[in-house]
Amino acid sequence: MPPQAQQEAQATTPRRLFALRIVTVLSLAAGTIYLTWRWGWSINWDYWWIALPLVLAETYALVDGFLFAFTIWRIKRRGDAPPPDPEATVDVFITTYNEPVDLVMVTALAALEIAWPHETYILDDGARPEMEAAARAAGIGYLVRSGDWAGRPRHAKAGNLNNALLQTHGEFLLILDADQIPKPEILHRTLGWFEDPDMALVQTPQWFSNVTDTDPLGSQAPLFYGPIQQGKDGWNAAFFCGSNAVIRREALMRLGITGYVRAVESAVRAALETSSRILARAARKVRKDDPETAAAIRMVREGVRAALADLDGGAAYGDVTYRFQETVRQAGRSVVDRDLAAIHADLMEMGFTEDIGILMDPVTGIPTVQEDVLEELATRDLSPLAALEEVAEIMRAVDVTRSNEAQPVMPMAIVSVTEDMATCMELHASGWKSAYHHEVLATGLAPEDLGTMLKQRLRWAQGTLQVLLKDNPLRKRGLTGGQRLMYFATMWSYLSGFAALAYLLAPVLYLTLGILPVHAYGLTFLALFTPYFLLNQLMFGIVGYGVRTWRGHQYSLALFPVWIKACTTAAGNVWFGKELGFIVTPKVRDGGKQPFPYRLIWPQLLAMALLVVAVFCAVVLLMTTDELSIIGVGVNTAWVAYDLVVLSVIIEAGLFRAPDPAPSGEQTDEELVS
Amino acid sequence: MQIEQSERDGVVVLATSGRFNMVSAPRIKARIDETVAAGNARIVVDLAGVDFIDSSGLGALIGGLKTARQASGDLRIAAAGDQVVTVLKLTNLDRILTPFDTVEAAVDGW
Repeated sequence: MPPQAQQEAQATTPRRLFALRIVTVLSLAAGTIYLTWRWGWSINWDYWWIALPLVLAETYALVDGFLFAFTIWRIKRRGDAPPPDPEATVDVFITTYNEPVDLVMVTALAALEIAWPHETYILDDGARPEMEAAARAAGIGYLVRSGDWAGRPRHAKAGNLNNALLQTHGEFLLILDADQIPKPEILHRTLGWFEDPDMALVQTPQWFSNVTDTDPLGSQAPLFYGPIQQGKDGWNAAFFCGSNAVIRREALMRLGITGYVRAVESAVRAALETSSRILARAARKVRKDDPETAAAIRMVREGVRAALADLDGGAAYGDVTYRFQETVRQAGRSVVDRDLAAIHADLMEMGFTEDIGILMDPVTGIPTVQEDVLEELATRDLSPLAALEEVAEIMRAVDVTRSNEAQPVMPMAIVSVTEDMATCMELHASGWKSAYHHEVLATGLAPEDLGTMLKQRLRWAQGTLQVLLKDNPLRKRGLTGGQRLMYFATMWSYLSGFAALAYLLAPVLYLTLGILPVHAYGLTFLALFTPYFLLNQLMFGIVGYGVRTWRGHQYSLALFPVWIKACTTAAGNVWFGKELGFIVTPKVRDGGKQPFPYRLIWPQLLAMALLVVAVFCAVVLLMTTDELSIIGVGVNTAWVAYDLVVLSVIIEAGLFRAPDPAPSGEQTDEELVS
Repeated sequence: MQIEQSERDGVVVLATSGRFNMVSAPRIKARIDETVAAGNARIVVDLAGVDFIDSSGLGALIGGLKTARQASGDLRIAAAGDQVVTVLKLTNLDRILTPFDTVEAAVDGW
């Protein structure tokens, strides 16, 4: 273990926790007083367009402070796990897509050496013959997607794990990314937590062995794999982070079963509700001289009402859909002398039986509802008879008898590109527990260049925000209040990009144009702001005592373009169904000189240039005019200096070139970290 | 886990006993697949002898249900014990896979 790893794994002592709570309370009190003054007395409404964003950014930061305080308030130091149940059976899953075979084999061979009895499997989503050959030669299990997945949505890593779950049978699963080399004692140290029958998941830290002490890319996350996870653990909300975690199979499988049932239910309901709207329109259009059709429509509408009532009463879906279809058939028979076949042909011509808004996922057998298509159907102008036929068609689609699946049960959640958080939230919402075991038991490889790092951070942020937008933890049923806050805190922290814009722009506007977002940068401002700022720094000093948390602070501001892009793309994806765009990264490690990556970080470079120019402008203005005050320039220059120090990390990162790998080392390309 | 196969009125009855869990689930699923492949798509799984089922077991039953229905048949479950009924209710799966009280009732209702 590298020396830092020992250091990171040290625990928060009770005395430090006590001091931390006091400073936290003081810091939040000071922050609340400061913000009260800001909102009530300081805003310069003449320049509301910058004054308002700035005070909103400051409010955002204070809310972030409160959420952070909630998190660390209950820091949980677990210590050693109880002795494991000697009967516990474990499957070790190593997930890979396109990482070099040698690299995967290093992890796989280390996994074979894990001391607890277990089966080791390589889950190769790339289905590479050379990977299979290497696995077989070493006596390691090799799993690829079954043939049913061919040409269908694969759901990335979640799909890979779902596929493997149904081909193995260990009671527990240890999940490892391809580069995460486990220690032999990893299972002995963690399995004991499953003594609690409700414990679903034990997460251990992710620690990277290829990172230098200065860690210019900010790969280590000692604040997260430390106080934050321990704090979340205190609220029974320790996060699953996709790798280096042990999971109880039963917990995942139960998620899969309940998810299946829920998907069937929501599809049946959506179908009934759409039918109801189609029929309501049809009823209005039916001609007075056509009593048979009117009667048929009335009958089917009554059927819809009865079916929804039956569902509410807890009737079985199969029975409900069957009875409803019987009703539709009878209604159809009562409309004599009508050529239903001709109506059907009309519908086909209009192109809708092709897409009726509810599809069975061919792999999962889970019906998926396309709300936009249903909406269109419900508002389309149909003749009353065509409407009846359309209703029959929609209901046939949700009949539980019609699916043609290979794998009906999808235990790992698939709503987000970061399946880990979504799955974990589902587990917590169904009453399972999780644990954070604060001991480095596997070491991995971090991205070695800026481009890869940016891509990875973007993916995490997008995934987290996707979960927030699709499945808001504040409203999610089954979560405790503490769990809601713990999930929300992480999501909230990804909104910081917008606040950063205000923080960067406000001093530039003052120093160059004299635009004041506050009435005056006077003594009141200093008297209220300084204690808040210092107490806040002190709080982070205590939380991060002995570990390097500065990089994390720098990157939370310095990656503002990434966070903003994550917000816009996640919103576009969830609300407008757009594909998530990924930052295109240049190939790295292809030998030769690598130019400075201006293209990737131009917004930060531009911001830094503006800040510097602004200070020069201010000096000139101060000497030639009386538009600026000394104290104003002083405050803003200090502010600029702070911004520059924080942003400077991005230049360091851009200049960083990973040391050449040792001759025996593995080639690491940009896809290494998924 | 034991699986015994018999036939009543053209319906195949698979009587299972013991623990229906992550270890035995794949075997039962395979057996259902074989039965359907052999042309018998109407299947009753008799759970009278099952003293424990987990979610992997339920997963195998869902898988079997799909296989049977794809072949225009059906899969029904019968004589579930207390533990099985509890798990079915807990997951709401009883609303898709409704348990029949006895094998006779399951076979009769076809």
